[in-house]
Amino acid sequence: MTFTAKDLVTDQDVRWCPGCGDYSILKQVQSVVADLGRKREDIVFISGIGCSSRFPYYMETYGMHSIHGRATAIASGLKATRPELDVWIITGDGDSLSIGGNHLIHLLRRNFDVNILLFNNEIYGLTKGQYSPTSHEGKVTKSSPFGALDHAFNPSAVALGADSSFFARTMDRDPKHLKEILKRGNEHKGASLIEIYQNCNVFNDGAFFTFTDKATKSGSTLFVEQGQPMTFGEDNKMGIKLDGFKPVLVNLNEGHSLDDLWIHDENDYMKATLLSRMFDVPSEGSMPRPFGVFYSNNRGTYETALEAQIEEATEALGKGDLDALLAGNNTWEIK
Amino acid sequence: METTNELKEITILFAGDSGDGMQLTGNQFADTNANFGNDLATFPNYPAEIRAPIGTVAGVSGFQLKFGSSEVFTPGDECDVLVAMNAAGLKSSLHKVKTNGVIIVNISGFDRKNLKLAKVEISPLEDDSLANYTVQKIDVSKLTQETLKESGLGRKDVERSKNMFVLGYLYWMFNREMKETVTFLNQKFGRKPEILESNLKVLKAGYHYGDTTETFTTRYNVKKANLPKGVYRSIMGNQATALGLIAASQKSGLQLFYGSYPITPASDILHELAKHKNFGVKTFQAEDEIAAVTACIGAAFGGALATTGSSGPGIAIKGEALGLAVMLEIPLVVVNVQRGGPSTGLPTKTEQSDLMQALFGRNGEAQTVVVAPKSPKDAFEAAYEACRIAVSHMVPVMLLSDGYIANGAEPWAYPKTSDLQEFKPNSPNPADYEDKTYLPYERNENLVRKWAVPGMPGLEHRVGGIEKEDLTGNISYDPDNHQHMVKTRAAKIDKISDNIPLQGIDQGANSGKVLILGWGSPYGAIKSAVKILLEDGYDVSHAHLRYLNPFPKNLGDLLNQFDKVLIPEINDGQLDILIRNKYLIPSIRLSKIKGLPFTTNEIIEKVKEIY
Repeated sequence: MTFTAKDLVTDQDVRWCPGCGDYSILKQVQSVVADLGRKREDIVFISGIGCSSRFPYYMETYGMHSIHGRATAIASGLKATRPELDVWIITGDGDSLSIGGNHLIHLLRRNFDVNILLFNNEIYGLTKGQYSPTSHEGKVTKSSPFGALDHAFNPSAVALGADSSFFARTMDRDPKHLKEILKRGNEHKGASLIEIYQNCNVFNDGAFFTFTDKATKSGSTLFVEQGQPMTFGEDNKMGIKLDGFKPVLVNLNEGHSLDDLWIHDENDYMKATLLSRMFDVPSEGSMPRPFGVFYSNNRGTYETALEAQIEEATEALGKGDLDALLAGNNTWEIK
Repeated sequence: METTNELKEITILFAGDSGDGMQLTGNQFADTNANFGNDLATFPNYPAEIRAPIGTVAGVSGFQLKFGSSEVFTPGDECDVLVAMNAAGLKSSLHKVKTNGVIIVNISGFDRKNLKLAKVEISPLEDDSLANYTVQKIDVSKLTQETLKESGLGRKDVERSKNMFVLGYLYWMFNREMKETVTFLNQKFGRKPEILESNLKVLKAGYHYGDTTETFTTRYNVKKANLPKGVYRSIMGNQATALGLIAASQKSGLQLFYGSYPITPASDILHELAKHKNFGVKTFQAEDEIAAVTACIGAAFGGALATTGSSGPGIAIKGEALGLAVMLEIPLVVVNVQRGGPSTGLPTKTEQSDLMQALFGRNGEAQTVVVAPKSPKDAFEAAYEACRIAVSHMVPVMLLSDGYIANGAEPWAYPKTSDLQEFKPNSPNPADYEDKTYLPYERNENLVRKWAVPGMPGLEHRVGGIEKEDLTGNISYDPDNHQHMVKTRAAKIDKISDNIPLQGIDQGANSGKVLILGWGSPYGAIKSAVKILLEDGYDVSHAHLRYLNPFPKNLGDLLNQFDKVLIPEINDGQLDILIRNKYLIPSIRLSKIKGLPFTTNEIIEKVKEIY
């Protein structure tokens, strides 16, 4: 039975603040999920705690709004036992990188075939405005009136450090790109971590304006595409070339050609780590912030290996015989 | 001349260094006696450190067993025989030996170095401190070296096989054959022929030493026990728990998922289950205790028989997730192999101090079902029952085992698959919902909701940890709804008492002067004590609780049939508090919090004191 994006809308009122970036993400997810060609009953959304984690209540699929930080672990158990399901994890920067940091890295290294949508707004919204693990040093919030002391987490570096088989970055204010990345993530066989820059217009309004605002977007963002040279800026005048392992900014109007540039290869782990390190706050003459698929690698998934191990064991030991198991290897009879 | 003493039962304690192979020796001796037809119970007692300082009292590894020609319920109080491999072993265990008991010592474990490590000034072998015992001095190390002098094995390997000498000697002393151990050694060392050969040689050397030496002339004979007819095997508690989970999975047709993080003394459940992948068992060694239990919640949401196991500290950090399982109303079995607490406590010692944690260790009004096994073999039935209740009633069930049950072993007349009670999940049929909406929190007469799982078309629904509206499961902050839901979840647990057996009397009359009310592993000690007290004419009975929440429906009436109720527990009186609270009776507590099980005598003394 086919269904449309409208069939994914539940009877629950969406309760995010007016103007929240989550609305855009919900819309794109519903649109992408409707186009997957999957049965609706085979789709599961699991979330933790946080503003974004209300998400499952707004999707007419199977869903669980669980506890803080644990959606990744819950999804792991579900995927281990029901590998055929299409499992989506909805999480935020606090949920996945602070209280749930441990489960995130372990899910990534195990490589369960799930989609993780990390709504990064660099703030704790639900608890009304404390700094999060992705807030920048010096960030003034309710819990850091003199500025946050914590060094900010870099989600792409965390993901690649945990051997994530897929990492991409996108943003709520570019629905087309967002939709494209959601599709790519879902197509990937393995754990897809998609970091979505999401504006919290109440507690951290404008955190990503440099990347999303028309005036500054082109000069501060680099949209990478497989096999394409890395260009950005007005009229794509600016480029990045590799000097050994060092990315260098060049101006195509000043003696450099496209042939000199770094060609994006999302299957190259080393180069993906370079992209992940392009993390400075953009300013004149600094590296732009990359968006798109940094890295994609089709290594085997945990659930496939688990099923295979069960098959191998069954072949080697024979299908389990409960009576034989209860008897064990050594019995004696009392007559 | 050689004489043979006929004895009804023998308690023997092996005490040596952690590296002396005492656990293996003890288990082998136990298996051989079980195969011979004795009833028995075992109790390993070892340090938490993998490599505790050699030769010290802290590093002593003990293994106690009692075997007999009639039913045996505990590993024994005082020992008839102590095998001490070194000075530390003797020092730590001497107080457990009966006057005139036999002490077998390994002389080379009493050299200056060993005496110093054990902090013993004068060797007990050289003064009269062992005058009240029959001491058999054997230079086990030297005799083992002699036996293997041409084997070409290194000193370490030679030293490692000295436990086989002791075992062989004991087989001679107790008139037992070596064949089970020979088979065992062949299985264990089949791929290392030199090691196998040397172990067999030393085992036989020990036996022949007993046979040929004229120094010690007493042999002992313990006849076969008059056990109920049947086919038996030996089983340890953790193993029985694992088999119970597999059996429940097989009988219910549900995939078994076991998410766990290694922790003493529960890890053996994970090890056992991991071996049985050919039953479709999925074990998941999670990154931490929280992931272990939440992975189970995911698996249960997907329709699996989800089970997790840990010990007290691990259960503590699973608390929030257990609250979620209560809230979602999904089946989940949580095994707590209790150990000494609080905090890290005594990891390798036994305790029953997590009863309150099992009942109340979560935020909010979050009841779970609590069941407890009473002995190693009983852990099979208790685990099976935990699964049955979890699945039939859509609740998390806590199975409260403990270190004593987990590592103890006893003969088990194991059941046939066909004898196990059937149970099935309460699954909705999607066809029934073509014209109506599936309401995830609609309930049957037992207040149990239907278990719709992903893949069932038309039954898509959302569940979560926020309070849910009755029937729909949608988020609700309505005050009346919250009270209604809290009360409903509690009432659902109460209703389980309609579906469990009434409390019976294990031994003694149905009414009278003293009732001993027990739960969990003190079963054997209470059983043995009551047997003796009844023979001595005391008016005493024993009831043992399997169900700690909810209690059996008739428990209050049963307690009222007795003048006094004594509650022995390896904690500071947790069941006692629950019983007093619920039934308003002045129950009497007997607490022991030493990391050790009760002795039979401790129970007897307390009964006499309050009688």
